[in-house]
Amino acid sequence: MEEIWNGLLKAVELIARLDPVVVEITARSLFISLTSAFLAALICIPLGGFIEFRSFWGKRAIVNLIQTLYGLPTVTVGLLVFLLISRSGPLGGLHLLFSPAGMIIGQTILVSPVMTGLTISALAGVSPQIKETAKSLGASEAQVILTVIKEARPAVMAAVLLGFGRALSEVGVAMMVGGNIQGYTRVLTTAIALNTSMGDLELSMALGIILITLSLAINLVLGKVQGW
Amino acid sequence: MTFLETRELGKAYGQAQILKDISLSVERGDVLALIGPTGSGKTTLLRLINLLDEPSEGSVIFDGVNITALPEKEKIRARRRMAMVFQKPVMFKGSVRENISFGLNVRKMGDPRKVDESLRAVGLDSFGSRIASTLSGGEMQRTALARALVLEPELLLLDEPTANLDPKSAASIDRLIHDLSRKTTVIMATHNMQQCHRLADRVAVIREGRLTGLGRPEEVLAAVMKQDESFSLPSVTW
Repeated sequence: MEEIWNGLLKAVELIARLDPVVVEITARSLFISLTSAFLAALICIPLGGFIEFRSFWGKRAIVNLIQTLYGLPTVTVGLLVFLLISRSGPLGGLHLLFSPAGMIIGQTILVSPVMTGLTISALAGVSPQIKETAKSLGASEAQVILTVIKEARPAVMAAVLLGFGRALSEVGVAMMVGGNIQGYTRVLTTAIALNTSMGDLELSMALGIILITLSLAINLVLGKVQGW
Repeated sequence: MTFLETRELGKAYGQAQILKDISLSVERGDVLALIGPTGSGKTTLLRLINLLDEPSEGSVIFDGVNITALPEKEKIRARRRMAMVFQKPVMFKGSVRENISFGLNVRKMGDPRKVDESLRAVGLDSFGSRIASTLSGGEMQRTALARALVLEPELLLLDEPTANLDPKSAASIDRLIHDLSRKTTVIMATHNMQQCHRLADRVAVIREGRLTGLGRPEEVLAAVMKQDESFSLPSVTW
């Protein structure tokens, strides 16, 4: 218990004096996860809109598949992306393995199902009367879709924030695709895993506190957004 | 040329026939009232004219063009010459002013003066910055009317425009519709026989999805009273 308490005090000290290692790892984590969430949003919001607004054969099955993939294990995505970008893989020539770019690709894939699925639910939650009112006031199909997205904005924002939270807290892709290279691909989760196994509990706890604080901040923003 | 005409218009959802063989015409600047009991098909007729639904049979001829047969792009152009106010209007997120500007914005014709005029016309001058979702039912109805009026439509489709309003607001909307006539063609679904009598140039009676009467208000209402002994003008509604 004393060891935990001392570790906690040391962790707070590391954060308070803005320890360079802690700051660097946190900044990298935020950069990679924010970029992944942004790229996923660019893909998933239009994709969710397309699935919601179009009628096509197999639509129900696709929505079911997307929802099934919400819980996609991070190590499975890590393996998939590893096979894709490893030297002998189809994208091996791009030299993305053990790089932040590779981690971004992996995390984008990881958060895409949840972001697409929640976007579809958000858009489906907008009253059909909104679509009809927009249409009756002369909106084109594209303008109707934009209106519905605008109406669903808080729920769509929540989908993006949840995606960001999942990217920030995952460890499988970061470890397998990033390789946990110090000063290059080491992020909060992989640094916690490594330092715990090496017995450096102070640094692990400091990074853990930051991760929990960031998760809490995401939740607070989420609550605010949903209240809009 | 007749401004608007429906030819043997019909709508079915599966086995349920909602409208059948509706043939009527409206001249430019006229007010046509659609009367009939709840569920008789009045709203469906308005929706077919506004191209919100596809007819199962028949056609809508608008200013000499069969608009039901047009490709989607052309339908939007036709729809932009009309505006419809629903019985239970919904508000977009944002202020009353943003709601009223919606139709102008989708036409890329934003004009704050027109929005002010519309707000004044429905007696909501001081409501522009209010969040639309906080309005009462009657205020929403008036906002929805302003949202349509600001577009200066050639054809205004009103579904029970005064159903949710208190008598004072209803009277002001009646006056507005009266002032609009001659400038704008109005097709108005209503239960209110007195409103029909006061405002309409012609009345169409719809029962169980069929047109059972069409003519001048006094003739049609007299015929309705003869058919339905429970009905009399002072009772106001169907």
